[in-house]
Order: sequence, then C-alpha cells, then structure tokens
Amino acid sequence: MRFTLNGTVTDVDAHPMARLLDVLREQCGLTGTKEGCGEGECGACTVLVGGEPVCSCLVPVAQVEGADVQTIEGLGGDHPLQHAFMNEVGAQCGICTPGMIMAALVLPPDATLDEVKVALAGNLCRCTGYAAIYRAVMRARQA
Amino acid sequence: MKTAVSPLDLRRASSLADALRLLDEEARTPIAGATDLYVALNFGMLAPRRFVDIWGVDELRGISVRDDTLVLGGLTTYTAIIHSPIVAERLPMLVAAAQQVGGPQIQNRGTIAGNVANGSPAADSVPVFAATDAIVVLRSHDHERRIPITHFYTGYRASVMRANELIVAIEVPRVDGRQWFRKVGTRAAQAISKIVVAGVRGAAPRFALGSVAPTVVRAYAAERALAGGASIGDAARALRREIAPIDDVRSSAEYRGQVAERLLRRFWIETA
Amino acid sequence: MPRKDGIGKATGQALYADDLVFPGMLFGRTVRSTIPRGRVRSVRVPGDVPGLIVVDHRDIPGRNVVDLIDPDQPFLVEREVKHLAEPIVLLAHEDRETLAAVRVEIDYEELEPELDPERSNGVLKAIDIVKGDVERALADADFIVEGTYRTGHQEHVYIEPNVVVAVPENGGIAVFGSLQCPFYVLKALRSLLGGSAHIRVVQTETGGGFGGKEEYPSMIAGHATLLALQAGRPVKILYDRVEDMIATTKRHPSIVRHRTGVTRDGRIVAMDVDVLLDGGAYSTLSPVVLSRGCIHAAGPYRCENIRIHGRAMATNTPPNGAFRGFGAPQTTFAVEVHMDRIGEELGMDPVTLREQNALRPGDTTATGQLMGDDCSAHMVLAEAVRRTDFHARREQLRGTHRSIGLSLFFHGAGFTGSGERQLNSKARLDLTEHGVRIAVGSTEIGQGTRTMHAQIVADALGIPYEDVEVAQPDTTLVADSGPTVASRTCMVVGKILEQCALEMKQRLGGLTPAAYHARHGTFSVLKTYEPPDWIQWDDQTYRRDAYATYAWGCDVVEIELDPDTYEVRPIKLTAVQEFGRPIHPALARGQIEGGTVQGLGYALLEQVVMRNGGMANAQLTNYIIPTTLDTPELDVAMLENPYAGGPFGAKGLGELPIDGPAPAVVNAIRQLGLDVREIPAVPEHLAACASR
Repeated sequence: MRFTLNGTVTDVDAHPMARLLDVLREQCGLTGTKEGCGEGECGACTVLVGGEPVCSCLVPVAQVEGADVQTIEGLGGDHPLQHAFMNEVGAQCGICTPGMIMAALVLPPDATLDEVKVALAGNLCRCTGYAAIYRAVMRARQA
Repeated sequence: MKTAVSPLDLRRASSLADALRLLDEEARTPIAGATDLYVALNFGMLAPRRFVDIWGVDELRGISVRDDTLVLGGLTTYTAIIHSPIVAERLPMLVAAAQQVGGPQIQNRGTIAGNVANGSPAADSVPVFAATDAIVVLRSHDHERRIPITHFYTGYRASVMRANELIVAIEVPRVDGRQWFRKVGTRAAQAISKIVVAGVRGAAPRFALGSVAPTVVRAYAAERALAGGASIGDAARALRREIAPIDDVRSSAEYRGQVAERLLRRFWIETA
Repeated sequence: MPRKDGIGKATGQALYADDLVFPGMLFGRTVRSTIPRGRVRSVRVPGDVPGLIVVDHRDIPGRNVVDLIDPDQPFLVEREVKHLAEPIVLLAHEDRETLAAVRVEIDYEELEPELDPERSNGVLKAIDIVKGDVERALADADFIVEGTYRTGHQEHVYIEPNVVVAVPENGGIAVFGSLQCPFYVLKALRSLLGGSAHIRVVQTETGGGFGGKEEYPSMIAGHATLLALQAGRPVKILYDRVEDMIATTKRHPSIVRHRTGVTRDGRIVAMDVDVLLDGGAYSTLSPVVLSRGCIHAAGPYRCENIRIHGRAMATNTPPNGAFRGFGAPQTTFAVEVHMDRIGEELGMDPVTLREQNALRPGDTTATGQLMGDDCSAHMVLAEAVRRTDFHARREQLRGTHRSIGLSLFFHGAGFTGSGERQLNSKARLDLTEHGVRIAVGSTEIGQGTRTMHAQIVADALGIPYEDVEVAQPDTTLVADSGPTVASRTCMVVGKILEQCALEMKQRLGGLTPAAYHARHGTFSVLKTYEPPDWIQWDDQTYRRDAYATYAWGCDVVEIELDPDTYEVRPIKLTAVQEFGRPIHPALARGQIEGGTVQGLGYALLEQVVMRNGGMANAQLTNYIIPTTLDTPELDVAMLENPYAGGPFGAKGLGELPIDGPAPAVVNAIRQLGLDVREIPAVPEHLAACASR
C-alpha cells in the first residue's frame, strides 16, 4: 500500500482491512494518534485524509491508497495551535489533544466560537470542559 | 480491536462497472465510508466476510437536478450535502439531518447509500427520503431498478436489495410545501436518534418517523386524518397506532410514543 | 506560567502506556465470568495453542487478595463468582488474533444474584454520626419535610482506557501503567507476589483518572505481572472501551432519605439522614466513600441536632470505587434538592433559606467541627446571587420554558480525620547541576501536578521555574507522597514541598543551586507531612475535625426545557468557588470547568443501564458524556480566603467543582413544575414526572 504520510510518499505492508489507526501507530511508529473508543465516538484518533478530519479507527487502510494522510506528527512542533494548547491549558491529560488539534486545523481563520464548537463536536474531552480548548483555538487564530 | 482482520478479504473497485462485476461474481459486502463497519464487526452484527471497497468510485458522487428531480449520487457524504447550494434550495431538511449526524469526522465519511443500505431504523436521512417519496436507484451488472423508499424495507435491517446490487443514487422528486425535520438524540451531537421525524406540509401532508418501528414509518393514517380535517389530537392518536416503539438502552417505548405525538403536533403548528 | 509537561502533549510525543513497546512483548487478555453470581465448576483452556501463556489463581505466589482496605477481593476467582466480568483466567500470546481466538470454556453453577442494595444483607460498612438529639428536635419542629433522593452509577470515561505493561526486571518485575497511585500498586504487588523480589512501579503519562485509576490499576497490574512472570517476557494488557466500562469501578449509586425539622421562619432544627450506597461485590473503597458521603450529608448548614446513618451494601455487581467527589456528589445532590423542597413547603425562596442556615465561623458541622474564618459559605452564596442577579432572573423567567436553579456546597480537603497522619506522606527535593528536582509520588493526570508543584518550589526557593524539574513517579526513585486523590496534591503534598524548599533555601545560604552544586555536590531534603496539630478526630464516634479545611462553592445554572421532548438544555452555568488561593489560576480554572462539566453529565446525560448485574450500554455510543454542543457558557469566579495550612494559602480544589452542578440543574428543573428527585434527569424520566 502506498500513500502520502505527512508529506512523504510511504509504502506500508498491511492487511487492507487493517484500521488506519493501527497502521499509523504500529507499522509507521507514529503513536501520537490515540485510540479512545474504537467506535468513532471520541475523536482521539482523528487524522486528516485528503485534508478532511476523519476517525482513523474507522478507516480500512486500503481506502487511503494514493491519498494524502496527515497526523499530529506532521505538524512538526511549532504550530500555533500546539503552542496555544499548552499556553492556554487547552491540554490537561493530553490524550484528546492530538485529535482535537487535527480537527481544529481545518477551521477557517475567521471562525466564530459557534463554528469552533461545531468543528470540535466530534471530539470528546473529559478533563477541560472544553472552555480552555476554545480559548486555545481562538488564541491560535490571532497568531 | 476485537475482530481479527487476517481472515477478511477486501477487493477495491476501480469503477462502478468493476464493482458490479465483483458483486456478481461472489458474495461481497460493499463498504463506502465505513462508519459502521468495524463497530458491526466487533459487536458481532456483521459476520466477517468478503468486502468490496467502493469508496473510490467517483461516478457515484455528485449532486444534480434532472427534470426537476434532485439526484444524489450514492456516495454523497453528509458534508457534501451540508455544503451543497442545490440541496439547500431543494431539500433543506436533508441539510438539517446531515448537520445532526455524528460530528464532522463522521459527516466527512458517511454516505447516503450507506445510510439507506445499512438499514438501521435510526438512520437520520431515511425519514427525509420517506417523507418526500424518494426513489432508491439500484443497479446490478445487467439491470437497473427504481424502488420507492417507502417500499424498500421489508423488515428490521432487511430490504429488497439483492446481493449483487448497489445503491447508485437517491432521487427526490420536487418537494412542494414546507419541510420540517426534528431529531431527538441522546445529546446535542454524536448521537443516535431516539426518534427522528421529517414532514412536508404540501397539498397533502407527509410525515415519516425513524426509531419507532423496525423500519422507517410513513404515517399514512395520521396523514389522511390531517388531510381530512381531523383534529390534531385524533391524528396523533392515529399516529400512535401506526408505530411500534420499543424499550432499549437509549430510550423507552412510552417516551418515544409520547414524543412522536407531540412532534406531529409541533410539525402541524409550525408549518401552518 | 506554561505547563511543566512541555509541548509533548500537543505534538503527540508524550508517551502513554499503549505507546510503549518492549522487545519480546506479549499481549494479555482477561477471561471474565459471564454470570453475576455462582461457582466455577470447571475451566477448560485449549492445550494446543503454541506460545499461549495461561495463568489462574493457583499461579499466585503470595496472597490472592487485592490489598486495599478490607481483604475481600481476589485478583482471580478461586471458586466463588460474585459479579459479572469477574476475572477468572489470564492468557497471553504474542499474536493478538491468536489470543482473541482462544476459546476458554467455563462451567458454572449459577446462583441467584442480589442486585438490590436495599434488599441486600451484606453490609460492607456502616457509619453513624450523631449530634444533639434529633428525635426531640423533630418533635418540637413546626414542620417536617421528608424526601428520598437517588443517584445512579457514573462511569469515569477517561479518554485513555486502563493499560499496563509488566516487564520482568532484576529477578522481579517493573510495571509501567496509566495510574494515579504508584505506591498503592506497589503495595498490592508486594502482597500478590509475597517474598521480597524487586518490584518497581512507574507511572506513564496518564490520559485521565478522576479516581478511576486510583485503586483499579492494582488489579490490572497484578494480572500483567502474573503473566509476565510466567512467560518471562513483557506483557501488555490494554482494555478496550467496552471491557473498561463493564469491568472496572464506577461511582457508587445512592439512595438518600432526609427527614428535616424546620421552624416556621425557616430555621433548620433537626436533620435525620439515611445514606445507602451500592458498593458492588467487594469492599474496595466503599468504607471511605461512605465516610466522606456521610460527613457531607447534612450540607454546609448549621444545625444542633443531626443524625446521619450510612451503610454501604454489597450487591453482585462489579465493585464500585473512587470517582471525583467520592460520596459527596451523591449526598450533596440529596441535601441540596431537599433544601429547595423545604423552601417550596415553607414558601421561602432558595437563597433566603440558605442565608438563614448556612454555616458561619463559630458554628459547628455535623461532626462537631468548629468553623473558623476559612468558612466561606456566605461569601460564595452572596457572590453567586449577585453575579447572576438570581432573584430578578427567577422572576423574569417565571411562566417561560426557562428557569434558574442554585446549589450551595462544600468539600473537605485531604484525607478524613487522622487519614493524613496515617498516610505519613513524604516529599523529597534533590539538588541538581542546574537546579532542583522534585521527587514525589504524586501523579500528573491532567490536573497540572508537575506545574503546580514546580511553581510552589520555585517560589519558595526563589529560583526560576525553568530550573525546577519533576521526576517521573517511579517507586524506586521518588518519595511516597500518598495517593493522588482527595484534593490533596496541592494542599498536602504541595505543603511538604514548600517546607522542603524553605529548608533547602536555608542550606543554600544565598548560593544558587548550580553554584552550590559545583562547589559541594548534591544533597536532598526529605520531609514528612505534619498535619495541623489542632486536628482532633475520633474514628469510632465520627466526632470533631473531619478535615483540616474545606473548599466552598455555589453554582447557579439557567436551563431551558423543551416542552415536546423534555430535553434540558443548560444555557449558562455560574460557578463560584473558594479554595484558599489559586497557585496557578489557569490550572485552577481548568479544574473548575472540567469538574463542572462532569457534574452536568452526571445530572443530565450519564446513565449506566444495568442488566443482569452488568452494564448493558458499555460503549461510548450509548453511555454519553457532554460534547462541545452539550456544554453551556461557563462563568467561573475564583474567590480567595487563604488557608494557613496550605502552600501559599491554597486549599484542595480538584473535587469541589463536581459536587454542585447536579442539584443546581435539578433545582432549576423543579422550578418548571417537575418533581424530580433523581439523576440522571433524562427526558424519559422528566416526561414521566410530567405525567404524574
């Protein structure tokens, strides 16, 4: 199987029905994407496929053949959203954070608070009550 | 994940013709957005089998209008519906339904063909299609059939669809009258419906409900009552006799029945 | 001040236990009972699977008891099955598909389970608190108001399920895991293994705990350890969400009965409270959950005659355990809804009734503890009322589908009574080449432990925050600071660290740590917690000073009720909380916002459906917690009233916020004419209330 992973064309040897989540974490060694439920409910496994957030626990890896996949590792370490999440305490335990950031990536620069809430409605956080996440996302807009 | 993937067999279809040929050659389950696939496998609702991946069949994408009929390609996602000016103009209640399905990640992958074919009684798009007398366009390698969605389901998660067929499109005839949609979920997002209803207040009212019976229900008796000038109370009582809600882990038969009646009333008041 | 965690959580580099891979690692699986009560007659494991490791109770070298409070819970069933999903056999294999495919056949003799805590005769713990003469006072009262209030299970839903990896090491074992209390696990493993073999427990980055990883990890760590020792290879046990929800601990369900005597003018003169908790099949932490629940059961109110009778009863369900709040959310719900009902009976508004009866300095609590100046009940109530313009808003909303409700609550910080003295917690500071290192057993589970401890030490030592490092909790390298629970990590452990820092500062004699280290090398300061010497507590009679201090809160919530569907939409929640002084305001705000939203879930959404003694809705699709769209606007006010015994005046904060939302929400719903007395207040229940 061949797809573009964080900008680099990558070949993986995996069963076509293996979950993209498992392929990323195990074959590709990228453990930043997390499994919280395996049902597509919590969003901790969110990655971008073709620029769109999807739950990688629901995607058979065969379906990303030739596609453009981006994970949290692909952001480097210096993205404004990453800094904002730490500075605004948008991350407490941090397990939802990679998925939350990936879902927030597709927000347009002029997104309102309501639009932010809708964009993150597929990402569960149990620690923050979401308020600090909104602060982080809105702060990153300004950066 | 509980399910072993080694015994699963997946073939990728390169085109519609390819997919239909594969389906005709051997029993395979089509998968598109796969939002329910692993859950169904893990919970034993889908016996592990052979699959054909149709996600790449772009011929099945697209939203258009033909002879005043809205044509939605089978692989139309909820996101595509949400962003479509055509759907916003012709079938805004489908946009409302799409916005309330899961969250963005699910909306980016879930398709209307998948929603209809999966056959869950809680499917959010199905009452919209039932209330508008939409047509399910089925195609096999040598045949096309057009089945009104109101005749599509035969029982719980069962339909007239054959093993070698795909839903290639849903066609929605022009809708005259005000559209109304309401989903009552377990919470505000990422929720399975406890009850989901769609209605059209046209020359004759049409009202369809999900999650209150093994399949979607068109409330014909309630519709006739309303069209014939009966009181809303009588129409609601007629509705109650047409549905068969159950108790499950999400809700109760009593609640679903009561809410169905109240939503019929609310539909009638708000579309007056 | 940026979090001490660094940017690792936002880059995906922070390592949680499932991210760890060890050479030769096997995967573990727990085979669990499928009946709620009975006896195991036989167990058949296929003998023809190469590489399969099998462990049962006979393989336990030490004691088959999870060492906690009462020694009643086994690591593995010997013969008696006391709850669904009880662990019986452990398997391990290097291939997960092979592991999952192994068919273990277990024959049971089934027995009738006891699923009703009210009918059960298995008392796990009983507590009685008596103050004054309740019967006489009830007889003299003008009115008596009675009520019964119920709360259901609540599941933690930490987004990271339970996971541990056990690795054979130095003739013994090292366990890496998602956990709150590494020294609890150490103690449990010591008992499981017997002897004096090397045991090391290391906490990995942990994706949420909330009490759900206080005691349960001892069980999963014990299982992984047994498999790893048998195999001679590392073993990872990872629960998927379904197993985690079915098999691990939850918040105790409660039934609380109140009988309250009041005077015509709204003074509470007698409180008679009966607290019943469903403990599940084994004792685990039920004695202490009951304890805290009972101590808080009379609410933050002055009353000379109080009787609280509490019981935790055994049922054939998976044992319940620690969950943020630890008994107080249950009894706070009951007393606060009961207060509003008293107001309804008297024709008195909920604010005035509370103003009349809330504790003031000089009053005593149910246990006879004297309130000092750190009692802020009136302060938080007044601020919440002012901030929300409560009286006016209540009037404005009358006759609409919206309403406003209030709750007043408190939460004792640290372990009860002599608990902190018994814990004998320690903290250590080591001088390093560049600064200092904090070596405590307190765990970072999201609440900001590393950051807050580093800040305390930096401030006390007068050195830059960047020069303070925090050691990963490894039981061979850090001091036993007691468990990371009970809102004690700042107030208690932070206090010990403050003491360490002050002593270190003296010894540095004006030199920077780096300069001193260059000249003289390293040294460490180890100190033990000194609880305030004025604390007097009697464990037998439950009298006097239950906690060193209390945090105080008042929540006001505005809701809207849909008349067709009875869905409740919270519109705005105001949380006024006083907890001494916030060491790190952003972290404190995070605790309040997070705990408040968990409280909203507890009030409206989170329902554990039990069937045949087990959770029937054990998926995130069906056990639902709030999403962004379920969460209202939050207005948080942090008031200060410094507590001398805490570092820089801080009191414990972690649990207070979850106590308030549920009664505030139900009190708002009651305003709309629905006589609700239980949570979760799901639409089905509200519709049924409306029909009555």
